[in-house]
Amino acid sequence: MEVFAYQGLIGLSSAMYLWLVSAGLTIIFGVLGVLNFAHGSLFMLGAYLGYTLYGLVGVPFGLAVLGSMAVVALVGAGVERGLLRPLYGLDPSYQLLLTFGLVLFLDDLAKLVWGGVFRIPPIPGWLQGSVTLFGRPYPFYNLFLIAVGLSVGVGLWWLFDRTWWGRAVRATASDREMAAALGIRTPTVFSSVFMLGSALAALGGALSTPVRPVAPGIGAAMIVQAFIITVIGGLGNLRGAFAGSLLVGVLSSYGTLWFPEFELFFIFAIMAAVLLVRPQGLFAR
Amino acid sequence: MNDLARRWAAAGLLLALVLLPAVASRYVTYLVIHILLLALNAVGFNLLFGQTGLLSFGQAGFYAVGAYTCARILLAWPSLLPGVLGGTAAAAVAALLLGSLSVRHTRIYFAMLTLAFGMMIFSLAWKWRAVTGGDDGLVGIPRAPLELFGLVVALPTVERYYYVVLVAAVLAVALMHRVVHSPLGLALRAVRDSEVRAEHVGLNVRRLRLVAFTVAGAYAGLAGSLLPPLENTVTPPIAHWTASAEPVLATLLGGIRHFAGPLVGAFVLVVAKDVIVRFTVHWSLVLGAVVVALVLGFRGGLAGALEALTLRGSRVRPVSAAAGEEAR
Repeated sequence: MEVFAYQGLIGLSSAMYLWLVSAGLTIIFGVLGVLNFAHGSLFMLGAYLGYTLYGLVGVPFGLAVLGSMAVVALVGAGVERGLLRPLYGLDPSYQLLLTFGLVLFLDDLAKLVWGGVFRIPPIPGWLQGSVTLFGRPYPFYNLFLIAVGLSVGVGLWWLFDRTWWGRAVRATASDREMAAALGIRTPTVFSSVFMLGSALAALGGALSTPVRPVAPGIGAAMIVQAFIITVIGGLGNLRGAFAGSLLVGVLSSYGTLWFPEFELFFIFAIMAAVLLVRPQGLFAR
Repeated sequence: MNDLARRWAAAGLLLALVLLPAVASRYVTYLVIHILLLALNAVGFNLLFGQTGLLSFGQAGFYAVGAYTCARILLAWPSLLPGVLGGTAAAAVAALLLGSLSVRHTRIYFAMLTLAFGMMIFSLAWKWRAVTGGDDGLVGIPRAPLELFGLVVALPTVERYYYVVLVAAVLAVALMHRVVHSPLGLALRAVRDSEVRAEHVGLNVRRLRLVAFTVAGAYAGLAGSLLPPLENTVTPPIAHWTASAEPVLATLLGGIRHFAGPLVGAFVLVVAKDVIVRFTVHWSLVLGAVVVALVLGFRGGLAGALEALTLRGSRVRPVSAAAGEEAR
């Protein structure tokens, strides 16, 4: 029983990376209608930048995280303005293909720039240590991750529900033409949403550097999981993405412990089943 | 290109392919086998994407079903034909089963569903050690002799095996040409252009999509089952979703609106990769940039660009929509 609870807590903290990535994927899909294959690569880029700033240059951890978020947000703005904008009127397959091309490009670019194998930088001093939960030491850093994930959730709720910008975004998402007629600059809304989503992916990536090795393949692994989560939660549904992240994070934590052989198979089977039975997602209202 | 010129081009290409092993090195022959395999996969994929309008990210799964089935058969019964036919049939059955579920959706949901199914096949290949050999894959697969009507042809060299692949590819591509230009092909294009209109003229949209999906899966399976006798091994990465991109990219590169597009694309993709990796290991970087450029600037692919060029020379310039239509 204690193993069960403890393993669930471990899953909860890894669910937070999934949440940060799928939150970005979800708001971009919800507003722009673009399913961004390259979102995992933005996570990877955030991890590499965070690693470089914190692990190599020696910038304080908090600043390194913010810095990598800012840079990746700018990359996102460039992608949205320069590459995606010409494709909005076309079949969505072309957006998928374009962002898929970006995956190949960015993953290889990371190999070119950073190359080689990396060691994991130490956890910053103020986040070291552990607390005893269910008779086992639980890293303090994991609690920090959960706190960040929850704050991002609350922050996004506040942003979309309580601010003028959030109202403009929701108006644009539900009827672009009408929003434009009311004087909302929809191209700016699109760019800012894409930047926010990219920054969230980078936040997840940068926060992962002290505990997970950074490698070019982490983007491709992450995007597949984020796809599963957004499908389970319902494409474009932020609450669903949160619930889906917890579900997948905790389930795969149990899966690796008790049935490692078929963990991957079952997760994809769940995704396929949701798409078939409830394409609007498990958590749709 | 008019009809006569196209026939001459096809005949010339075929002659060149037949003569190839006599003039080219073994490595070039080996490379052309890979071009033919990718071409088979891409031609099948384009029936789904270019003709029917469905973007699948799971073709690697069916390729792997073909490859693993053929490998298991050849390990138990070293005879080429049962292996290749068995692999193709297994992939077609898998595509029929998974397709009957996938074609309930279109566009992004369809793409996601095929991705999930493809990855389920990948995880089986990777973890189901008893059947697939797990991450080691299957090794020591013989290039079994071709036994046909009591005639036994041994295939000790790459050059001999090349002719087996060539015959299979030519037959399959010719068959696909017939399908595309048949009433079935017309019906598939009607589904692609307007689902509602197709339904109103009495077409069974879901069944047509399923037919296209199954045929595409069978072509991927045929390409996959021709692989193990060449390489003597099969390993899980051939089933991964990133491998599904290969037929997609070949088709896009060549041009989705032309029958020859996937063939041209497969040729350019394999040759370009072979040349580029001599200079740099960063092949994906180049490929990614090319994909982005293609989607932004040349959605007609190489075949489309070539056509635009030849049309510019002639007096008559049909409107762009008709240009795509006429070339099919």
